[in-house]
Amino acid sequence: MSSASPSASVPHDGTDAEARPLTLAEPTILGLPVSFWPRILAPIFVGILVLGLWEFAVRWNEVPSYVLPGPLLVGQTLIADWGTLSASLWITLRITFMALAAAVIVGVALAVLFTQSKWLEMALLPYAVILQVTPIVAIAPLIIIWAGDINLSLLICAWIVAFFPILSNTILGLNSADHNLINFFQLHGATRWQTLRYLKLPAALPYFLAGLKISGGLALIGAVVAEFVAGTGGSESGLAYRILEAGYQLKIPRVFAALLMISLSGIAIFLATSLISHLLLRRWHESALKREN
Amino acid sequence: MDTAYLSTHPAAGQESGVPLVSIRRVSKQFANGTIAVRDVDLDLGTGEFISLLGPSGCGKSTLLRMVAGLGSPSTGTIDWPGAGEDKAERDLGFVFQDPTLMPWANALSNVMLPLTLKHVPKSEAQERAAEMLALVGLKGFETSYPRELSGGMKMRVSIARALVMRPKILLMDEPFAALDEITRHRLNDDLLNLWWRERFTAVFVTHSVFESVYLSQRIVVMAARPGRVMADLDVSAPYPRDELFRTSAEYAHLCRLASGKLKEAIGA
Repeated sequence: MSSASPSASVPHDGTDAEARPLTLAEPTILGLPVSFWPRILAPIFVGILVLGLWEFAVRWNEVPSYVLPGPLLVGQTLIADWGTLSASLWITLRITFMALAAAVIVGVALAVLFTQSKWLEMALLPYAVILQVTPIVAIAPLIIIWAGDINLSLLICAWIVAFFPILSNTILGLNSADHNLINFFQLHGATRWQTLRYLKLPAALPYFLAGLKISGGLALIGAVVAEFVAGTGGSESGLAYRILEAGYQLKIPRVFAALLMISLSGIAIFLATSLISHLLLRRWHESALKREN
Repeated sequence: MDTAYLSTHPAAGQESGVPLVSIRRVSKQFANGTIAVRDVDLDLGTGEFISLLGPSGCGKSTLLRMVAGLGSPSTGTIDWPGAGEDKAERDLGFVFQDPTLMPWANALSNVMLPLTLKHVPKSEAQERAAEMLALVGLKGFETSYPRELSGGMKMRVSIARALVMRPKILLMDEPFAALDEITRHRLNDDLLNLWWRERFTAVFVTHSVFESVYLSQRIVVMAARPGRVMADLDVSAPYPRDELFRTSAEYAHLCRLASGKLKEAIGA
């Protein structure tokens, strides 16, 4: 019996400690709960089915590979061109993560600033919205001209796309701290900084993480779209340029291979942000709790 | 058949001794024009257990919040003759209707909060918070998060948090209203024991005649529209009160008297 689990030694001392529910551990397979496995196996099954049908349809109809390559050919291309493609992937991912980091820093900083001063929020939030609703494809050429450096302009484009969900979610989170708790802090003479540190920032965490999940994917999309517009050549070229290049040369299997890498990167980013969110919230937040009904 | 009785408490300012809190001609009008409280005169004596009893909308919560300093009266004054002039020195604990805990912090950290805000060193704060948790019957639950605790246990954490600074006065805003009756009875008993031991002044807002009679030395009966004090009653029954008292004829008799006073007061 470990002292870490108080449910193991419920005191019968007249308190209502007994009212705590008794819990049974769920059986696991390979370390994962039994009820979790269908969530992994079902999509894998569907994926294999669809890929099989695709391969079959391509072969049966003798579709040429420059129109639609089968999944096996795409896989072979991916392996054969791995050197070029992975270098490009790394360039795109570097832009993505730098943009995401900048979005987190600027988004959270602005959100904190806005909740400290209503005037600042009123004055600046409309411009943040304008930045968000302007199509990035339309302003990317301007940014490329103004920024001069191609990597910097790609970074700015990806950042513009990624930062708004973090900003708006964090503002919402900072403003959604329990009103009575705010009163309690006030009663105990808490300073602005203490209220922010001990109450508003923790209360905003789930909202911020929801924003981060969206922004992770958007940063990648922003980086790829900006690369498309920039169409940069040379050795320092991201995946979007590889797609454009392969498209011109009718190397359609390579287009698919690059697309596959972008998709997988997006999925990996989503899973990573979901994992961070789960680890940070599992002890206390409703979204991370299992419910029977 | 017995000697239990309710008597009228001396009017504010008529008592000997300095009260802890002195409320004089206090009115509160909200921005929308509602008069929540009108012309309340009340003294809260040091060490007293006082209930504010009345129907919803009688301004009892508003009055309690004004005593705490959450919102100031529109007219009238609330003074603390029994405490220092400095507002920050007015030690008070506040218990809300909901436990109002920080869901991201465990029970110990929640209780530590007032100490943390006052920059008490961490090890001392932990020690004092753990002591307080033990006092409310939650020894062994220091690392539990609010969601892992039952409603009654969360309320205990909330009370521990309010008492951890050893305040002169504990203000409670219908703290047990959302709990089931069995849990409520236990918490009432434990609250009385704490009060008996720690000797703070307790102000307890409730709409339950039974709860107010069981707990208090003094019941302030309020009526609604506008919120005002209709009666101020001393409860004669001695402490300690326990389960025996709850089932006694004396208690039933007092409840009947208080209920009568309440009906009379609110003109039902």
